[in-house]
Amino acid sequence: MSTPNASVEARTPRFPAQARWQAIGRFISGYGIVLSLIIMVVFLAFASESFLSVVNLMNILRQVSINGIMAMGMTFVILTAGIDLSIGSTLAIAGVVSGRLVIGDDPLSPILAILAGILTGSLFGSINGALIARLRVPPFVATLGMMSMARGATLLYSGGRPTPELSADFLWLGQGFLLGIPVPVIVFAAVFLVSWIVLRFSVYGRWVYAVGGNPRSAKTSGINVDAVVFSVYVVMGALAGLAGPILAARTTTALPQAGLGYELDAIAAVVIGGTSLTGGVGSVANTLIGTLIIGVMNNGLDLMGVSSYYQQIVKGAIIVLAVLIDHSRRKNP
Amino acid sequence: MLIGLTGAASGVAVAGEVEIDSGVVGATSDILLSAVDVAKSYSGVPALFDGCIKLRRGSVHALCGGNGAGKSTFLNILVGLHQADGGIVLCKGRAVRYASPAEAFADGIAIITQELSPVLDMTVAENVHLGREPRRASWFVDKRRMISATRSLFERLRMDIDPKARMRSLSVGQIQLVEIAKAIDREGEILIMDEPTSAIGERETDILFEAIRSLQAHGVGIIYVSHRIADIFSIADSYTVLRDGRFVETGAVANIDRQRLISLIVGRSLSDHEKRPATARGEVMFAAKGFSRGNSFRDIDIDVARGEIVGLYGLLGSGRSEFVNAVYGNEPKDSGEVFVEGRRVDIRTPADALRCGMAIVTEDRKETGLVLTSSVRTNISIAALRRFSRFGAIVGRREVAAVDRQIAHFAIKTASREVPVMRLSGGNQQKVVFARCVETAPRILICDEPTRGIDEGAKRDVYAFLASFAAKGNAVLLISSEVTEILANADRIIVFRRGRIAGELRASTATQQSLVHLAG
Repeated sequence: MSTPNASVEARTPRFPAQARWQAIGRFISGYGIVLSLIIMVVFLAFASESFLSVVNLMNILRQVSINGIMAMGMTFVILTAGIDLSIGSTLAIAGVVSGRLVIGDDPLSPILAILAGILTGSLFGSINGALIARLRVPPFVATLGMMSMARGATLLYSGGRPTPELSADFLWLGQGFLLGIPVPVIVFAAVFLVSWIVLRFSVYGRWVYAVGGNPRSAKTSGINVDAVVFSVYVVMGALAGLAGPILAARTTTALPQAGLGYELDAIAAVVIGGTSLTGGVGSVANTLIGTLIIGVMNNGLDLMGVSSYYQQIVKGAIIVLAVLIDHSRRKNP
Repeated sequence: MLIGLTGAASGVAVAGEVEIDSGVVGATSDILLSAVDVAKSYSGVPALFDGCIKLRRGSVHALCGGNGAGKSTFLNILVGLHQADGGIVLCKGRAVRYASPAEAFADGIAIITQELSPVLDMTVAENVHLGREPRRASWFVDKRRMISATRSLFERLRMDIDPKARMRSLSVGQIQLVEIAKAIDREGEILIMDEPTSAIGERETDILFEAIRSLQAHGVGIIYVSHRIADIFSIADSYTVLRDGRFVETGAVANIDRQRLISLIVGRSLSDHEKRPATARGEVMFAAKGFSRGNSFRDIDIDVARGEIVGLYGLLGSGRSEFVNAVYGNEPKDSGEVFVEGRRVDIRTPADALRCGMAIVTEDRKETGLVLTSSVRTNISIAALRRFSRFGAIVGRREVAAVDRQIAHFAIKTASREVPVMRLSGGNQQKVVFARCVETAPRILICDEPTRGIDEGAKRDVYAFLASFAAKGNAVLLISSEVTEILANADRIIVFRRGRIAGELRASTATQQSLVHLAG
């Protein structure tokens, strides 16, 4: 027997003001990264006259495109609760491999050279993937080892020397424009779009989220967990292999030392975007925002004449802040 | 009109005799914890309207209610994990509003939750003393003292566990006991137990009850939350029922019977369990032959007829769960063959099993069942994506339609299909697991403890689903450690004991005693 009680039905929340503040707090933490990007842009628009010029905005986009391409791949990896520290080295070897194909009197077509770079990157990625998915080496360790091995391979292959005098067609990949937009930006946009569609609308995308969210549940649901884990490292390697030639073309030389520390920038973009390092939560749209935040911040501090030493400090602080915000959001759903 | 709890002196409140109790604020020292009209909303959705409880020293107070009744919310507020929007909580007569579990703990309130948090690679003794290790020379851990303290604690609680063993080597039931011992050892005056018996077998339950009685004798007040009605009648002395976030009734267990308590919890009267009508059609639909793996299980032969529900009964660790997971390809096997409709099939991975028309509801929905961080939609469709996709791309329209159909069919309570599954209550999470299985259009369904930790109403939904699923000519393997559940819902019961089949009984003639006898 239950006791009907009319007065309870009519009871309203006791502290409506508190509820409103909570709602505002939820909004800020939910859209925090977009909001902080907007705030940065508005602030810089007032702080510097040249910031909002088309030339400068294009400049920012071109500067972030290499990191952006890699960060897209890193999003796949981190969604499965993995990490890839080897991509800076992978980028370098892919750059050198494709750079060597476009020198001399009979240079290869730039498209084929880039394909060679992507293939090289995929090869290194698949070694990572095999180590992690098959042999169960922790991703951190496997890719830390690969970081060193791939760098060594690059130096060995190039003899430690830069590869200059790349063909003009090839240089267009890094320096040219298409419809007034820098080519690297177009490549970045394409990579983002494809990644976004894959993660959002494909069966494979669902697998990636499921494997990162709960591998045991994913297995029970008939997903080949090992294959998915393997694949994200191949995707990552391929994208690093794409970024390598573009960077080489942008800097006119394929350097064996290229990409040092790039893996950390890519991870930073993913983390600032709010993708969880424990897997299963996040998106490439978030990573795009994270990439732009880093780019706008670097550019803005440059325009304001702040030393690049400070830029590193600010970037580090933003990473920590992003994770803090992400944490508080998770605690108060 | 407000519902109040009667004062300590006047004894037990009887539903209907509602009185406003002004004595609540100035409670006597006999009352350890009292709460009145505690309210809480999440994201504007009210979860609790008027949580009330009055816990007396030396009492075991059962907090009862179905899923979404507001029990977890209420407990979270009592232990400071969440903060109430309104209402009063008094701890030993003092008004409190805990900002964190640490504050509640400092007041002597300890909780043992459904989710255990053992450090698996440490020893039992280290786990029991985690964070307050006995020291030597103020810097070093006094291992010997830690072990002897743990040993004497276990002796007092009559638990037979080696303090030096690694947590990882213990069974789930033993780990639960250690966690309980750990909470007891912190000497709280108020102990909250949330579903302590949901993961342990009958023997461990007896040990636990023994421990609870000894605590009771020492004046500890215990709030005991359980879906097992039998538990409440064997251990609790008073009860409070919540339903749909509202206080329903409180009283002494001595003054209520099982039928009425269940009807209070579900809000409608419940007829005594009936045996299910037989729908088996004779021809064998599914057979597993010669399944063995190490010490886990040996020489298991099982067949299920079309339309039949076969129950697998056994204590924890008897090999039944290990066996079905090996059948499904989730875990390895040394030997064993599976036949579906007389044809031998090769099952090495769950993907193979799904292809053969099998689906499984695993034992632990959080560990192995659901992707908690993903949406209801994703979780329901994940095993059947092939049906909703073309060339690897998901056709959102078809997926959404199917998901909505399942949400309606199983009456899953969720704000939307895009809500992460972790925000749902236990029963609704379990329904999501079922919905996912159904979406793969299985002919053979394996259910491993499908009603663990869910309320009476959701349980009956699960039973009704299993019966109708079998009646369509499908085969069901139902694993349960609840005797009444398996008797009421299976046609035939196979009893596991120590990795072997100990016997087989027809549900129509089997009794609780015969089952327990075979399993033990």
